[in-house]
Amino acid sequence: MNEMLTVLPEATLTALACLVLIIDVFRRADAVNTTFWAAVFSVLLVLSQVALYFPEEGAVAFAGTFVLDPMAAVLKSFMLVVMVLSFFYARDYFQRRGSTQTEFYILALFAGIGMMVLISAHNLLTVYLGLELLSLSLYAMVAMSRDSVEASEAAMKYFILGALASGMLLYGMSMLYGVSGTLDLGELAVAVGDDSRHLLFTFGLVFVLIGIAFKLGVAPFHMWVPDVYQGAPTPVTLFLGSAPKLAAFAMAIRVLADGLGPLSGEWQTMLVLLAILSMAIGNLVAIAQTNIKRMLAYSTISHMGFLLLGVIAANAIGYAAAMFYVIVYAIMSMGAFGAIILLSGPGREADRLQDFAGLARRNPWIGFLMMVLMFSLAGVPPFAGFWAKWFVLKEVIAGGDAWLAAVAVVFSIIGAFYYLRVVKLMYFDEPDAASVPVDAGEDARFVFSVNGIAVLALGLLPGMLMSVCLAAMLVSGA
Amino acid sequence: MSADFPILSLTIWLPILGGLWVIFAGRRVHDGAVRNDALLISAATFLVSLLLWQGFDNATAEMQFTERLDWIPAFGIEYFVGIDGIALPLVLLTTFITPLVVLAGWVVIKDRLSLYMGSFLLLEGMMIGVFSSLDAILFYVFWEAMLIPMFLIIGIWGGPRRVYATIKFFLYTFMGSVLMLVALLYVYFKGGSFSILDMHGVVLTLTEQQWIFIAFLLAFGVKIPMWPVHTWLPDAHVEAPTGGSVILAAIMLKLGGYGFLRFSLPIAPDASMALDTLMIALSLIAIVYIGFVALVQQDMKKLIAYSSISHMGFVTLGFFIAFEVAAGTQSWDAAAMGIEGGMVQMISHGFISGAMFLCVGVMYDRVHSRQIADYGGVANTMPMFAAFMMLFAMANSGLPGTSGFVGEFLVILTAFKANVWYAVLAAMTLILGAAYTLWMYKRVIFGAVGNKHVEELSDIDGREKLILAALALTVLLFGIWPAPLFDMMHASVEQLVHHIAQSKLP
Repeated sequence: MNEMLTVLPEATLTALACLVLIIDVFRRADAVNTTFWAAVFSVLLVLSQVALYFPEEGAVAFAGTFVLDPMAAVLKSFMLVVMVLSFFYARDYFQRRGSTQTEFYILALFAGIGMMVLISAHNLLTVYLGLELLSLSLYAMVAMSRDSVEASEAAMKYFILGALASGMLLYGMSMLYGVSGTLDLGELAVAVGDDSRHLLFTFGLVFVLIGIAFKLGVAPFHMWVPDVYQGAPTPVTLFLGSAPKLAAFAMAIRVLADGLGPLSGEWQTMLVLLAILSMAIGNLVAIAQTNIKRMLAYSTISHMGFLLLGVIAANAIGYAAAMFYVIVYAIMSMGAFGAIILLSGPGREADRLQDFAGLARRNPWIGFLMMVLMFSLAGVPPFAGFWAKWFVLKEVIAGGDAWLAAVAVVFSIIGAFYYLRVVKLMYFDEPDAASVPVDAGEDARFVFSVNGIAVLALGLLPGMLMSVCLAAMLVSGA
Repeated sequence: MSADFPILSLTIWLPILGGLWVIFAGRRVHDGAVRNDALLISAATFLVSLLLWQGFDNATAEMQFTERLDWIPAFGIEYFVGIDGIALPLVLLTTFITPLVVLAGWVVIKDRLSLYMGSFLLLEGMMIGVFSSLDAILFYVFWEAMLIPMFLIIGIWGGPRRVYATIKFFLYTFMGSVLMLVALLYVYFKGGSFSILDMHGVVLTLTEQQWIFIAFLLAFGVKIPMWPVHTWLPDAHVEAPTGGSVILAAIMLKLGGYGFLRFSLPIAPDASMALDTLMIALSLIAIVYIGFVALVQQDMKKLIAYSSISHMGFVTLGFFIAFEVAAGTQSWDAAAMGIEGGMVQMISHGFISGAMFLCVGVMYDRVHSRQIADYGGVANTMPMFAAFMMLFAMANSGLPGTSGFVGEFLVILTAFKANVWYAVLAAMTLILGAAYTLWMYKRVIFGAVGNKHVEELSDIDGREKLILAALALTVLLFGIWPAPLFDMMHASVEQLVHHIAQSKLP
């Protein structure tokens, strides 16, 4: 394949993002929708390019720095779909506040470029490049509501801790480079394979793993997650909690499986610890939360821990299970934050658990879909979240670690409690005296319905997406 | 009707789709239409299930009405359903009880009626799905999904402590189930198939079997429930609305018993044999100790809940005594009798406990109290009701001539062949059961009129008569003539016994 064609979506998105930036500068002050639609069409155009040039097999371009394989294409497609949907949620949120903050879309587009580069990275420098473009955009997005103390604090924390993690990652990479003399992930794998007992490789691995763990938000590198999720404006949290997870997952696969595959014995043990710790901290601490954004933040930590179990299998089917998990998780997480956006309104943020009281009575349809999302996050069939857990558990047991599967399910039982509490608030409690009718716009409601029904549909017929993930991972030959 | 018409799928999906229809369309129409729709759908399901009975061949132990479609081809998961003589009676029980439950909520439920009726229909379809799934993952999906409507039923329409009760119910059953999932996946990796029938043939070492057995025990033991994991049941029963209690007692508990027969015994026969003393001990504790606990209850629903646990002890006793009987008599036919006794006990308990909860519901609707002390002399104002409840109370204590007698008698008879002391302890239920049931009956129904609430009671109306009469008829019918039930299940139980008689050790 022509080298330029492999990066066509990234190149297009870069050009379009700059174009949208210019459009945004020259638009009429009240024409916020111009930027919104320009951003939506940019993403859709790129999505069609990704779909059009869907690779049959992996193709490396630009001297091995960039790879386009089925895994990259699938993850990019879902990432772009999630992006478009999050734009619709965001528009509803900003519109009802009378806000004209169109930076959101532009920053999201640049974050999108970062994610796409990260997903397709085949060189340690490309990994770092994509990661930083993503992270810098996200820092700015979190800080977007500059008058809010919480948001500024969250952005500060995120930036400092993020910079620290990036530093760790770079340090690890430098060590890997120092020993192997290459930045290319493929050559690195060969070098590591030749001399896998070399202490510096393990040393480098530890630091690289910290960087990855930070991005995924797994314990004990999760400190930023609750504060950032709570402090950021809800549409930013929604964006932050969905699309970048796909990219972070890709980064884990690229670096750990593609680059450091021969060291799998080492990183498997580390990941087991991270996974158990994340599931424990995430699920236990989530119970104590009264703020739903914070609760969902801890829920993210536990879900990312569960996802790591799939990576631990260290084979293509295990990676496929983790990939299925991360896609399903992005969809569910988007829906859960979407519900918060629908319930919020001018001057009020529906981010307390109490704001969900009596929702089934106030708006039965939104209540029902939120119930679907909660049961799905808890891993109850027949919803998508169950299959995600099922697939990962199956691979854990296939790897001979039945005890690890038992630990994982025990933490899911603990986790079920706080999701049930949301259902309890919505269905069993009476609406708050202070509650107001849901006044979200039609298009946001529609997107939310699509989102909820997707979780249900993927729960009834998960086979197709599973096959897609399997095929992608088997071809990518991780 | 052609032979390959998917009657079984219709029985599963008619109530599920109907339930969704009632929930989502019901909000726009008035309550009368919702009630009619719900009754119509549940009655139609019952009629369809009668077709299953009519077309069922008693002579074979093979799965019948099987349907097999690919569901998730990548992992060989199928939509694979079918029933044998063990599943069919339970399916019929489900379709028979649900219309009665719909009728029971006819006038009492005023809040969010469409969700109430729809939840029960969904529940019905999923329970039938559990009984007829032959793919382990399909089974698991139905098994877990079922918790959602029940969670809502207890939580929305329940009593004052409903939130505590429903979350306890959910987490307890969820805990057991997820470990079962791990066990099922493990068996899958040993055998390479998710088909339950294939799993029966998987060779496993004793250690593996024991772990699997324990995981299954947690799932089914919580559901049935066995002592000491029974504590969710009294809470759930007391707080649930009448319909919820009826479904819980009449059908949901049977899912646990069914699970033992479909999974524990055939997949881990050697572990079942190795651990049968444990199971027998737990069953006897349930029968005797919980019987005493029932005796001191002040709350009628709680009393019946404990009585249910005690009665379900008979079911597990009947199932797990098989090995000792076979060892003692050298004959697996005698062991089959214990399992059949347990099965009959399950079906009969479905009718009787359902009826008892409905009786309490009838009084609760009028007086709004479940406390025994708030009643007394009800017979003076509700003579017709008193007569019905008398029959059910007698059946609950295992009086010959009612269905309650048949199962208990068979299990006790089998227990004699295993160990006289088992039989003696088990037979104590005949005394204890009579004591707690009839004592409650005496305090509530007989005597002078207790207070002015009782004085103002009106006797049961046509709707309530219909419900209670239907149940009374079945209780008597199966008490006098249980043969159809035995004919239905005999071949399947026979085959099950022969299967577990073979060691699966490598």
